[in-house]
Amino acid sequence: MIRDQELYRIFSRRAALVAGGKLVLLAALSGRMYYLQVIEAERYRTLAEDNRINMRLLAPLRGVIFDRYGVEIAANQQNYRLVVVPERSPDIDQTLARVARFIALDERDRKRVKKVIRRKRGFVPVTIRENLDWREVAKIEVNTPDLPGVLIEVGQTRLYPFGEAAAHLLGYVGAVSESEITGEPLLQLPSFRIGKNGVEKARDKQLRGRGGRSEVEVNATGRVVRELSRKEGQPGDEIRLTIDMALQEFAFKRVGDQSAAVTVMDVRTGEVLALASAPAFDPNAFNKGITGGYWRQLMGDERAPLTNKSISGQYAPGSTFKMMVALAALEAGLVGPEHSVFCRGFVRLGRSRFHCWKRGGHGLVDMHAALQQSCDVYFYDLARRTGVNRFSAMAERFGLGAPPGIGLPGEKPGLMPTREWKLAVIGERWQGGETLVAGIGQGFTLATPLQLAVMAARIGNGGYQVRPRIFLDPPGERPQDLGAPTPGPGASLGISDGAMDVVRRGMFAVSNSPRGTAYRSRIREKRWRMAGKTGTSQVRRITLAERRRGIVKNEERPWKERDHALFVGYAPAHDPRLAISVVVEHGGGGSKAAAPIARDVMVEALRRGEEVESAAMGIGVGGAANRDGLGGALRKAALGGGADRHGGR
Amino acid sequence: MTLVQKLGQLNWGLVIVVTLIASVGFAMLYSAANGNIHPWASRQMARFGPALVMMIGLALVDIRIWLRNAYIIYLGALALLVAVEFVGAAGMGAQRWISLGPVNLQPSEVMKLALIIVLARYFHALPKGAVTKARYLIWPALLSAAPALLVLRQPDLGTAVMLLMIAGVLFFMAGVRLWTFGLAIGLGLVAIPIAWQFMKPYQKRRILTFLDPESDPLGAGYHILQSKIALGSGGLTGKGFLKGSQAHLNFLPEKQTDFIFTMLAEEFGLVGGIGLLALYSLVLVYGYFIALRAHSQFGRLLALGVTSAFFLYVFINIAMVMGLIPVVGVPLPLISYGGTSMVMLLVGFGLLLGVHVHRDLAVGRTGVVAGAD
Repeated sequence: MIRDQELYRIFSRRAALVAGGKLVLLAALSGRMYYLQVIEAERYRTLAEDNRINMRLLAPLRGVIFDRYGVEIAANQQNYRLVVVPERSPDIDQTLARVARFIALDERDRKRVKKVIRRKRGFVPVTIRENLDWREVAKIEVNTPDLPGVLIEVGQTRLYPFGEAAAHLLGYVGAVSESEITGEPLLQLPSFRIGKNGVEKARDKQLRGRGGRSEVEVNATGRVVRELSRKEGQPGDEIRLTIDMALQEFAFKRVGDQSAAVTVMDVRTGEVLALASAPAFDPNAFNKGITGGYWRQLMGDERAPLTNKSISGQYAPGSTFKMMVALAALEAGLVGPEHSVFCRGFVRLGRSRFHCWKRGGHGLVDMHAALQQSCDVYFYDLARRTGVNRFSAMAERFGLGAPPGIGLPGEKPGLMPTREWKLAVIGERWQGGETLVAGIGQGFTLATPLQLAVMAARIGNGGYQVRPRIFLDPPGERPQDLGAPTPGPGASLGISDGAMDVVRRGMFAVSNSPRGTAYRSRIREKRWRMAGKTGTSQVRRITLAERRRGIVKNEERPWKERDHALFVGYAPAHDPRLAISVVVEHGGGGSKAAAPIARDVMVEALRRGEEVESAAMGIGVGGAANRDGLGGALRKAALGGGADRHGGR
Repeated sequence: MTLVQKLGQLNWGLVIVVTLIASVGFAMLYSAANGNIHPWASRQMARFGPALVMMIGLALVDIRIWLRNAYIIYLGALALLVAVEFVGAAGMGAQRWISLGPVNLQPSEVMKLALIIVLARYFHALPKGAVTKARYLIWPALLSAAPALLVLRQPDLGTAVMLLMIAGVLFFMAGVRLWTFGLAIGLGLVAIPIAWQFMKPYQKRRILTFLDPESDPLGAGYHILQSKIALGSGGLTGKGFLKGSQAHLNFLPEKQTDFIFTMLAEEFGLVGGIGLLALYSLVLVYGYFIALRAHSQFGRLLALGVTSAFFLYVFINIAMVMGLIPVVGVPLPLISYGGTSMVMLLVGFGLLLGVHVHRDLAVGRTGVVAGAD
């Protein structure tokens, strides 16, 4: 077997070679294993952890907003959402068809659900319907065995129990838009809502709270396997407003479907009790996802339901401005209160005629009568004597011409014109006639309803620098109940008592003497009597030709061309507590359209003040220590009759 | 020899090592199913039992029977390979198996053994010195190239390369001159750009991502990267049985088949990985021992062919999951879940054990008994 021996020799030699080669390869494998598992182990361990652990943010509960008496005016409501987990539902069409037997579900909804399902992974719940009511929840719960993969999830949505009544004031919340995204990780949450307007926007950071964190273990497809740790977030701060929600709602309803703004504030503390603007929108519709139809309706309404007229609407103040001119003239020492002017219905300046609202004229009027009857000719004379710069400066001392700083988005400054202003901004010289027009609060002069309320408050408190506010800060500060003694207002405006007295007596006469322009809307209750001033401001210039033909009555003009109706005032006249401003856009005359609203709202405000006061007194004797009891009673009193109207659930 | 004598001659050591490795496989399949015997471990065990009996049965078969029927076996395997073209089921973009009732048969697995047998027979029968002459190498080259080309058509690059490598080892062991291999490798290098033209995009992608797997962490490179993360994070001693986060959270692809080594190394660390390599090496040692003890060239070539094929499986699979070579879809022998692979491996070990049982048998050129011994 020579051949065999030789073959064997070759074979064994080569077998050794091949074995050696294999040994080298096995060593290579071991080396690689050592490299990966020992040298690089740390790096891969980190990568494995990154793979495995997912951080999830937990949205905090948004802070609740209360009114001055602790009534919830922006709350959180549990939102029952119907979802389906596709992978747990073997036949999605059949499941949806069954769901449709219990709740309304049209073909569009079904198509949308199926489209979303196709795009997502099988274990991601897909929303079928939001905001289920109790009956629907119960129906689904009972029939769960027939509905594989269908679940009810609970989320939180913002609820505004008073709807439209405080819509502008509170604003609304909505999904985070592209431009609002900052480094804040909470904003990345798809369900997160942020304040879009009003208090919700102004105090958004406070209301938001701090997000929690949940560490979950996920698998390669992103499915959560288990939760490793959980740190709950911190709910947003509660915010308390100076607003008396019941009064706010009363004012809103009193205005009806007119386009108007009603502002009520405390003349001493500046706390705003009502800041109503009408018409409004339904803020609840905004966070549920507004429909195209509703949006078009809002946008197309010429009464601008989306604008907060109280702070963003700028109107010529008209005759409500006359107090400023009177004060400017008196303080400059140019005239005394006895200064009289003969009104024959118009006055001539150069080649122009400036008319009084009363065609026949008022005859001989002094300052008191001019305020009482709102004689334009008298104030043309006063304006000419005083000069625009002087009375604009006086108006600025009373809060006009600059944003009041209430802390809401969209506050407008209004405008108090001066000669320098016109030259700088318009580039023309000031005309003499413009002084006359400005003297009756028309022309360039503009003010917001809130500014007018501040003006009325500063007159009402005897010339003190009160600032409007709607936030009861710092948190925990208790509202000044209307009946309780309040600290005095801020610094004096430095107006002489004599001058203030003249103006205040004039305003008292407006409402309480038979010749006053607001006499018909006076408050008959003696202890509540109001002092005020009506105003009617033209929206367009009346041409000479029109005047010859005879002025067309307001009611006969198109809505957009009718005059704005205004009223400012304070009450009780002998010991002022509250100031009010009412502006009715295109409402016609101030005495007819604005004064009655002001009277009704003021009476309600004063009535509620006394009611709350007596409720506090009644409980204060026995259970002052029980703050909850006190608060509860106040709240009941505030709600008028104790019916818990928004907490039906 | 009687049957009882033959059983006595059986290399029980190898049988035990094979069973040991398969048991490691059961444990890993149990873990791959998140600590559940179903669906993989149970079925793998149910297959292993009969296959082990069959292995022992084959070990008792006179190896001359294989020699005599070498060409019939080879042609049968070739026919299966051709058949897979027509009736094969596609998996991962390639036609790879034939469905025979409950069994999915992978003809390329059968061919590996058939090629070893037919080449062993050919070189066994060559006259003295013929192996150094080029013209005697044409026929075995054709025998090797035909199945490789068929497998390449499926397309299954990994198996084609494996077939050629097995053939190469047999050529080498038979005594073919070294320069011939140099020439073959040279020709192979020239063929690479040509072969590139014929590759399917997924194959090209696999090779490209092999070169830089982290360039595409969510696409084609994902598997390799996740496998490396799993291995690396296992560290020295591993995360513990059933505790491999990469495997159990499904970051690891195909953890019950091709990537099962990764799971083992994740859960048992470097210690476990090296331990398994040691077990495999033990099988190799047995293989070499049997090959060197065999008296016939056919037996030696058969034994070394089977051992080398086994080694190639181990090496390619482990090198692949560690990112040393492209992902080619080769199972880890005796451990990966899969019927054909398990059965064919045990058939191979049956042949190997058969060589051992019949190590002293004189084998004539064509399988006829060559004189009394």
